[in-house]
Amino acid sequence: MSNVLTPEASGTAPAGDTRTLGKVRPHQTQNEALVFEKSSPGKKAYRLAQLDVPAVDPGALLGDAVRREPGELPELSEIEIIRHFTRLSTWNYAIDLGMYPLGSCTMKYNPRVNELVARIEGLAEAHPYRPDFLAQGQLDVVDLLQKCLIEITGMDAITMQPAAGAHGEFTGILLTRAWHQSQGDPRRTVIIPDSAHGTNPATAAICGYSVENLKSNAEGGIDLEALARQVNDQTAALMLTNPSTIGVFESQIHKIAEILHANGALLYMDGANMNALCGKTRPGDFGVDVMHLNLHKTFSTPHGGGGPGCGPVACKAFLEPFLPIPVLVKDENGDKHWNYDRPQSVGRVRAFFGNFGMFVRALAYILANGPDGLRQTTEDAVLNANYIRKKLEDVYDLPYNTPSMHEVVFSDRRQLKNGVRTGDIAKRLIDYGFHPYTVSFPLIVHGALMIEPTESESREELDLFVAAMRQIAREVEENPQLVLDAPHSTRVSRLDETTAARKPILRYRKPA
Amino acid sequence: MRYLPKSDAERAAMLREIGASSIDDLFAVIPEEYRLARDLDIPRQMGESEIVEWFRSAAAKYTVRHTSFLGAGVYRHYRPCIIDSLVQRGEFLTSYTPYQAEITQGTLQAIFEFQTMIAELTGMDVANASMYDGSTGAAEAVMMAVRVTGRDGVLVARTVHPEYREVMHTYAQHREAETGDVMREVGYDPDSGRIDLAALEAAVTDQTACVLVQSPNFFGIIEDIPAIADIAHKKGALLVVSIAEAISLGIVRPPVEADIVSMEAQSFGVALCYGGPYCGVIAAKEKYVRQMPGRLVGQTTDRNGYRGFVLTLSTREQHIRREKATSNICTNQALVALMATIFLTVYGKEGIRELAEHNLAKSAYTAQVLAAGPGARLRFTGAPRFHEFVLHTDEDPAAWHHRLHEEKIVGGLELNRWYPELDHATLWCTTEIVPREKIDIAAKQLAAVSVEA
Repeated sequence: MSNVLTPEASGTAPAGDTRTLGKVRPHQTQNEALVFEKSSPGKKAYRLAQLDVPAVDPGALLGDAVRREPGELPELSEIEIIRHFTRLSTWNYAIDLGMYPLGSCTMKYNPRVNELVARIEGLAEAHPYRPDFLAQGQLDVVDLLQKCLIEITGMDAITMQPAAGAHGEFTGILLTRAWHQSQGDPRRTVIIPDSAHGTNPATAAICGYSVENLKSNAEGGIDLEALARQVNDQTAALMLTNPSTIGVFESQIHKIAEILHANGALLYMDGANMNALCGKTRPGDFGVDVMHLNLHKTFSTPHGGGGPGCGPVACKAFLEPFLPIPVLVKDENGDKHWNYDRPQSVGRVRAFFGNFGMFVRALAYILANGPDGLRQTTEDAVLNANYIRKKLEDVYDLPYNTPSMHEVVFSDRRQLKNGVRTGDIAKRLIDYGFHPYTVSFPLIVHGALMIEPTESESREELDLFVAAMRQIAREVEENPQLVLDAPHSTRVSRLDETTAARKPILRYRKPA
Repeated sequence: MRYLPKSDAERAAMLREIGASSIDDLFAVIPEEYRLARDLDIPRQMGESEIVEWFRSAAAKYTVRHTSFLGAGVYRHYRPCIIDSLVQRGEFLTSYTPYQAEITQGTLQAIFEFQTMIAELTGMDVANASMYDGSTGAAEAVMMAVRVTGRDGVLVARTVHPEYREVMHTYAQHREAETGDVMREVGYDPDSGRIDLAALEAAVTDQTACVLVQSPNFFGIIEDIPAIADIAHKKGALLVVSIAEAISLGIVRPPVEADIVSMEAQSFGVALCYGGPYCGVIAAKEKYVRQMPGRLVGQTTDRNGYRGFVLTLSTREQHIRREKATSNICTNQALVALMATIFLTVYGKEGIRELAEHNLAKSAYTAQVLAAGPGARLRFTGAPRFHEFVLHTDEDPAAWHHRLHEEKIVGGLELNRWYPELDHATLWCTTEIVPREKIDIAAKQLAAVSVEA
């Protein structure tokens, strides 16, 4: 089974090669100091245009407000800057290099045409306060994307303003709050399953709700009876991730919605896992009142080392009056405008109109897919996760036997007998040329390995991943120390996080 | 579908290995009545050339090469071309939050450099890895001050960007629901355009968590930070300074008396992009670091003693603390922060000052020639400003806007939408890339006021 791991079989290595491990063979990366350590006074990487107006004396214009001591910024030439950041880049793993099965993060291919169209001058250089009549092209982008996302989610209205998923949660819960208040019934609590992303309880708390934990049932899903007991006239909403963080679709979703609605509470859906549903089923059809999407997950906008994201919030018609200002409207001539006259709005959640650059990329992705492509994408994502599950379930413990959608969650229970935990397996996976899965999440699975391959992986890459995971399972049995000391092939070995937190060094300081 | 690396034969083979008879088996868990039995009603699949054409047509709906005097929190500076070439490297573009430090040292070191540069420029001890933008950053800075002081009251200058104030108000809503009006605004001096210090002094109490001002403020005026700090600190309140125009720090004294600085770093090499993505960042005095929101990168060593970088102090964050976290923020603006880091490396210690000086000169010239026209005069001349100014015209701005549009120029922003008392007042910004020729044309058109007006 593991012959994909042998150099002979990989076709790229001679017989007897010991340097190859699966798809990996070591290569050089260059050392590179901090940019401040490379600086030397008087070097320049810029040349300003010639000043075509009279020069001014800053001291005379600014008086006491003039800066006397410049900030210690580095001084380098252009070639050194190119090399500095290029060298740093080579220290990163990325989707462009291989499978990045970070569960819940949906690390899919980021199409390059998205980057091209986002940089078209007329889109990239438009000022947000440009009058609406000069911004019809921008508004066309917003309008079409809104329509597509409303159709995909099966909802009635949308705001594009939130800057990321957690910001979308915040907006969605504010809508919930505003609606309850408009009913003369401000409520106090938000119920959140113990399997939820940490952002859910943090969001509810920031919106002023007290958080009630809902314990998952034996299948890792919502316990309908427990929910029915817990929901009362103080429940504002349930924040539900569907499919859940263990990759399981809540097949009783309509009953969950019924329980909430019967008690005057709303169903909020965390759309982080929309990549399992897109084109196959619609949250608006199965009872969701309000939800957010992550354009950087489902709709392929790049993750960029941790952002920018974009977290639109879609809702049913009864929540529409509360959407953040402004909202896009069309006049009788077909011209598009921003409407700020919305007395019931929750207000603004961000300056301007949201991460427009991400709208462009997401729309380009939707246009490249069309309805058939989006459906096929979802099917492939689910196919890939189930393939991995099938190929690994005999060596890794599967805590929940419920059918998987777009991700599969194992536990380290079997490996723990040899003192090896999920975090160790993750580090060893690096040696095999993969980014690790999500470690130790969700919290309902002790020692979780949360694997989300996405649709972007070929069967060959999946097989290499499976082979690596199986090989690691064998190593755990035969030589656990090898796994405990991993990674062995990276520029740095495991880093001392304890000291980093105890005595934080958060910036460079020039040696005295 | 060209992004999907599988043939139908491979799909069929994989299904067989799983033991499924068709792909529908894998979706059987979705109740049948909720399965979508039709195509989504969205545009059909397009070829790459069609996609590019669609966006080019949208972009071409207005003339691209307008000259703009708009600022107001979004500033068009020249973006050195190496920024886009570097941030489009897949290793930066298609990586994620550096949870696995051993294989994300590139992102981590770059963020550490970003944190250092922001601390250097703002005069603060530490800076975080970024926030969504300046407006949400300001709201998070206020919540941070509330946590630090255990107080509720927030005083915000009316000279803060109006949309930032709207966002802060939205964030404060839930606290207001319980404790009444916690966020109050402090007016401005009609001559200087600065916060009204006497009104501020009268408003600060021992229940004030923080005073938040913007400098340069929304009118482009530099606030008197030392005086404001004195007033806040006397009552034990923190001073939060919001900076919307980061380039100002090249020439304007940093707000070293502040406890927290919330900055929008868009000016550092980030395209206007119709309002985002931009790059907020929070910087603060060291003693407040454990109350900061957002990611922080710290330096440490590996098992062999090599220097390396990790995400640190994560016990503040939502994935550990859940409802007790300092913020719900997860994703931030890492790639945009990288743009800012590259921008600041290109300009460096000297260049950022020179660049700021050019902005100062361009704006001074623009103010001078515009105010020379009939019926035009500058407002708020009693205090120093950076590269924005408020111009009053006797003529209705709608009239001269029309003349400027004929010349493919977008003039200053009308302020009465947020400040009804400032009728006929417009906010102008001139950055280093606006050519003198265009400034002169704008002045000429503004002066071409018809006799009846």
